[in-house]
Amino acid sequence: MAAWLVRRVAASGAIVFAVVTFTFLLLHLAPGEPFLPGADTPIDPAVVTQLRHQFGLDAPLPVQYAKYLVALAHGRLGESFALHRPVADALADAIPNTLALAGAALALDLLLGLALGVYQAAHARRLPDVGLGYVTLFLNSVPTFWLGLLLLLVFGEWLGWFPVGGVVDPVVHASLPWAGRAADRLWHLALPALTLGCVGAAGTARYQRAAVLEVVSQDYVRTARAKGLPERRVLLVHTLRNALLPLVTLFGLSFPFLLTGAVLVESVFAWPGMGKLAADAIFRRDYPIVLAAAIAASVMVVLGNLLADVLYAVADPRIRVHGE
Amino acid sequence: MNPRAAFALLGAVLLALFVVGDVRRRAGLGAAGRRFFRHPPAAWGLFILTFFLTVALAAPWVAPYGPSITLEIVALKNQPPSLLHPLGTDLYSRDVWSRLVYGSRVSLSIGALAMLVAVTVGAVVGAVAGYVRRWVDTALMRLVDVGLAVPRIFLLLMAIALWEHLPLALLVLLIGLTGWFGTSRLVRAEVLTLRERDFVAAARAAGAGAPRIIFRHILPNVAAPIIVSAALGIGNVMLLEAGLSFLGLGVPPPMPSWGNMIADGAAQLATAPWTTLFPGVAIALVVMALNAVGDALRDAFDPRRATA
Repeated sequence: MAAWLVRRVAASGAIVFAVVTFTFLLLHLAPGEPFLPGADTPIDPAVVTQLRHQFGLDAPLPVQYAKYLVALAHGRLGESFALHRPVADALADAIPNTLALAGAALALDLLLGLALGVYQAAHARRLPDVGLGYVTLFLNSVPTFWLGLLLLLVFGEWLGWFPVGGVVDPVVHASLPWAGRAADRLWHLALPALTLGCVGAAGTARYQRAAVLEVVSQDYVRTARAKGLPERRVLLVHTLRNALLPLVTLFGLSFPFLLTGAVLVESVFAWPGMGKLAADAIFRRDYPIVLAAAIAASVMVVLGNLLADVLYAVADPRIRVHGE
Repeated sequence: MNPRAAFALLGAVLLALFVVGDVRRRAGLGAAGRRFFRHPPAAWGLFILTFFLTVALAAPWVAPYGPSITLEIVALKNQPPSLLHPLGTDLYSRDVWSRLVYGSRVSLSIGALAMLVAVTVGAVVGAVAGYVRRWVDTALMRLVDVGLAVPRIFLLLMAIALWEHLPLALLVLLIGLTGWFGTSRLVRAEVLTLRERDFVAAARAAGAGAPRIIFRHILPNVAAPIIVSAALGIGNVMLLEAGLSFLGLGVPPPMPSWGNMIADGAAQLATAPWTTLFPGVAIALVVMALNAVGDALRDAFDPRRATA
């Protein structure tokens, strides 16, 4: 297991390195420049030259690439072109927001999805199952940001139950006591997390329902029923233990989905997270931020997959990893 | 809505109903067809797909107005749904139903074309990797690992934002080229087992070369999972197009796509919610239909699968 783990971590590192290289090339080979005297932003050509020199953009591409890698190896992510601050600071502000959003959404996704899936499987092919089946099919098929807009309209605009955007209330947050600040954060988190979580939960529920139904048809479940165990125990103890395995895979796969969803949902709810930071940076050609965001995103995805593989090997003794 | 458009709409509904009934009757004759229609959502899905396909093809008849015609910029701006404008009008006093109808052409063809690119590349890469194996397999699959490690929307954002004023054809190509990674893994896994079968050994013994074996003998046997993943993938592409349009990078206005209609409407969500609501419903309906049909196809193709 240890040798396998080392190999897997090394492979994950290689993937992140490849993502860095690819992103670097894509950014620098694309037409267009980060500092251009545009029609709306007249800049003196001499200033442009100076800026290009200051950020090292006048060096040949291989030199820039080597410099970037050396800096990266020392843990330096560079200066943002547009934000006038170190990239690491900008990321440090954004990542906790995205983690809060993605974490809350993931929790909702797994818990709600699991509960719905098991409930549907217990009532398979009867009215609650069929009804919920259409609901999850619908939620699984809507554009995430569109659902966010609708929730925003209904609960933010019409009913006024939740704020329409941001992480905290800009006016009163600082003056609130400790508990009030936490409540303020949760209150702002509710709608974006609900948006992302509901769409994820719909997918999880469909997956989980199928997994439970597959396990239920196995002989050992028939045995459990035959020896007179109550149906609740058969389903929640005997069946669920094995039907939870696919959820582990799903957990690892949901990271890219959460990040993609976060880009759009953060836009809808003016949530200052990684997705919004990266999208804005791409439009501004703020290369250091884009590169750092690509690194952060790929690290999260690769870690998610790694975690899922390890959990799977731990949870299922039938899985034998290579080299064992 | 004028009588001609109403009549054409009725025609589209009737045609879709007829097609579903006809397909169902013919499909009932075979085991696979019966498995397909055992899912109640499958028939609905087929109906929705046929309906929107008909509407897209017959757009000039079904739509009462042209897609970009501003009717009466002051009097008919942001009108709520009414008999005359069944889905209301937008900020520029354009009829939302007409734009939805013409937008179906754009959205459906982007979905289908991008998926065609993705499935073709994915099938070829997967088949070559699985058949040739050795370093080719390793190299291609590492590429897939890298592709899957970056969220697709990031890749597209980078590619599209940097190349400004991207032609629509290139946008479709790019969406397709970022969507083949999953398919190639699927195809590779199938090919790895198929290549050991006797019929492949027989083809090889008869002197067939690798390309012939891959394309004539192996790939036809992987058709089922490819078709299923394509059906599910078209929906994904449509959602992606909507997301890109929302960020201002999708289909450029004034050409209507369901994605950029939502994006346009979002700016005036509180005053004219119908301009956001209906294009989203259209996307949701089509993606739902594709998911339902994809799921049903999966069961229809695989008799061993437990029917759920």
